[in-house]
Amino acid sequence: MEFVLISLLNGLSYGLLLFMLSSGLTLIFSMMGVLNFAHASFYMLGAYFGYQLSLWVGYWPALLIAPLIVGLLGAGIERIGLRRVRRFGHVAELLLTFGLSYLVLEFVQLSWGRAVVPYGLPSELQGPLFTIFGTQFPRSRSFVMLVALLMLGSVWLLLTRTRIGLVIQAALTHPEMAESLGHNVPLVLTGVFGGGCALAGLAGVVGGNTYVTEPAIAASLGSIIFVVVVVGGLGSLAGAFLASMLIGLLQTFAVAIDTRLFDISVSQMAPMLPYLLMVLILIFRPRGLMGTRET
Amino acid sequence: MKRWIFFAALLIAAPFVFRSGLALSLLSQIGYIAIICLSYNLLFGQGGMLSFGHAVYVGTGAFAAAHVVNLASAAGWWLPLPLVPLVGGVAGGLVAFVLGFVTTRKAGTAFAMITLGIGELVGAMSNMLPGLFGGEGGISINRVYGGGWLGFNFGPQEQVYGLIAVYCFVCTALLYAFTGTPLGRLLNAVRDNPERVEFIGYSAQRVRWHAFTIAGFFAGIGGALATINFEIVTSGEAFSALRSGGYLLFTFLGGASLFAGPLIGAVLLVLATMLMSEWTQAWLLYLGLGFCLLVMYAPGGVAGLWMSNWPILRAGRLLRGYASLLLSGAALAIGVIGLVEIVYRWRLQLDYAPSVLLVVGLIALALMGGAAWTLAWRHFHPRWLEAQAALAGGAR
Repeated sequence: MEFVLISLLNGLSYGLLLFMLSSGLTLIFSMMGVLNFAHASFYMLGAYFGYQLSLWVGYWPALLIAPLIVGLLGAGIERIGLRRVRRFGHVAELLLTFGLSYLVLEFVQLSWGRAVVPYGLPSELQGPLFTIFGTQFPRSRSFVMLVALLMLGSVWLLLTRTRIGLVIQAALTHPEMAESLGHNVPLVLTGVFGGGCALAGLAGVVGGNTYVTEPAIAASLGSIIFVVVVVGGLGSLAGAFLASMLIGLLQTFAVAIDTRLFDISVSQMAPMLPYLLMVLILIFRPRGLMGTRET
Repeated sequence: MKRWIFFAALLIAAPFVFRSGLALSLLSQIGYIAIICLSYNLLFGQGGMLSFGHAVYVGTGAFAAAHVVNLASAAGWWLPLPLVPLVGGVAGGLVAFVLGFVTTRKAGTAFAMITLGIGELVGAMSNMLPGLFGGEGGISINRVYGGGWLGFNFGPQEQVYGLIAVYCFVCTALLYAFTGTPLGRLLNAVRDNPERVEFIGYSAQRVRWHAFTIAGFFAGIGGALATINFEIVTSGEAFSALRSGGYLLFTFLGGASLFAGPLIGAVLLVLATMLMSEWTQAWLLYLGLGFCLLVMYAPGGVAGLWMSNWPILRAGRLLRGYASLLLSGAALAIGVIGLVEIVYRWRLQLDYAPSVLLVVGLIALALMGGAAWTLAWRHFHPRWLEAQAALAGGAR
């Protein structure tokens, strides 16, 4: 019971972190058609900026400033790079962000080295939040959950309940009409891309000290969130949510379970479970859990 | 025909021109990587399938070759080494046939995501099965087994190069021939407009699947030749996402829109990973930067740049424009590269202190080069478009 509850909570907090990433990826993908290969690289930048800024100005200001810097960087990249390759199609956009992931990795390794950086928790987030059945649940993980829920709530409110959200939606479904009405559609797209990157950066700031901050994180998280998006169904935010939770729980439970299957322990199999799930979904439900498009 | 004779002559002459041991080893690597990049471009350039998991099929071929060589030498089977790459090819093709059923269900960006996931899956699985994939130490082979074949025992590197060169030529010819087959033509059609292909009664997914299998076959041949060349294969390297990314990167750099582009890509790949990484620690930065610039400004890669500029140069037009672009570009490049090298040394070497004068000089050089290049480009670009149009008109 205790094991199930704690693993459930751990799985949920990891799943919510995954959703912070996959939601930004899905938003950018469904609105612009751009598959941002460098999305996890922006997460990594958020984590490293958060680490550096928390050394300079403290963790709480860093929580605000680091995502802003990452967002501005993303907007700049959209303005300089993506806008130029848009005429070559979506594959070219994907390729550009693929090249970008190399550049971000080199930048991070050059600035902070190849080893794990000691990105510590602030004193307010250290220690357990509560204790159930004798096992403690850390504050940091609850904080990840809180930030994720707040972030998703505000994004949802922004997109559906404000004038800005209205313009964004109009610019994406009817770009010519929105342009004729005097809205700057390219600027909206830049904003969407920057916003998505800022969300990844925010996830990095809170995820970086709860989990680990190292250069390899971009590659390992990057492939997981791709799996999340495929399993959930391309372009579906609800699907991304479901898939994030599913994969978060799956991985947490698999690591914790102590049984053996075909002579290999389940915890050893944990890293490949998300990919296995993806293959199964593709065979039996190619649209993904909540997807609407066939291809 | 003339091109093929030239290609064969190049393969034969190369080891006589570059005689050092290093050169021979580089040439051998270029030979089999050329096959891999060509097989990659069958997917990417000809089928519009952007794969992030090509190393899976190369690695399968590599491991199949390692196992079959070890089995043959242990059990004394009659299996001459020149046939081993075919075993690798069949293994790569089989695995591509099975996995391709899943991956080719989607096209475009979804295909890219799925291949990345499959690549990670196979990578994670190979770590879990040390019996099959040799664990951290990998699997070693001894390519000199049995009694040799037609007087070759394939011990010396020259003989291995010969084997690789023959395979490189044959595979290139086969892959070129494939582009003319009905399936090859359909593959182009699926890339350009899958909906219309479906309307005339073909299954776009099946065309992608079959092409995927063929690409897996040639990738497996390349992987098996790699095993023969190095006599060792490790799962950590063979299935790494970095490998898959490298094939994509260099195929694109070489030029995906032309058949011969990946051959240039293979040369670039070997030169970059073997030589550039020796010269500079910043080589991955240059690689990423060069790749991004090509995606933005020259999506045809090196081969595309050559094809669009060589006719103009041959006609002797715009020579001054080219010269001014080249000079200002060189100044810009020297400035930027110098600064990057200084930054890397400053970060990675403890006792390195760059002179202020040098840094200021390099910044000035980069800025002036950049400004001059922009000016030259503004002057050059409209005239270049004119010249292109004129030449195209003349050809018609």
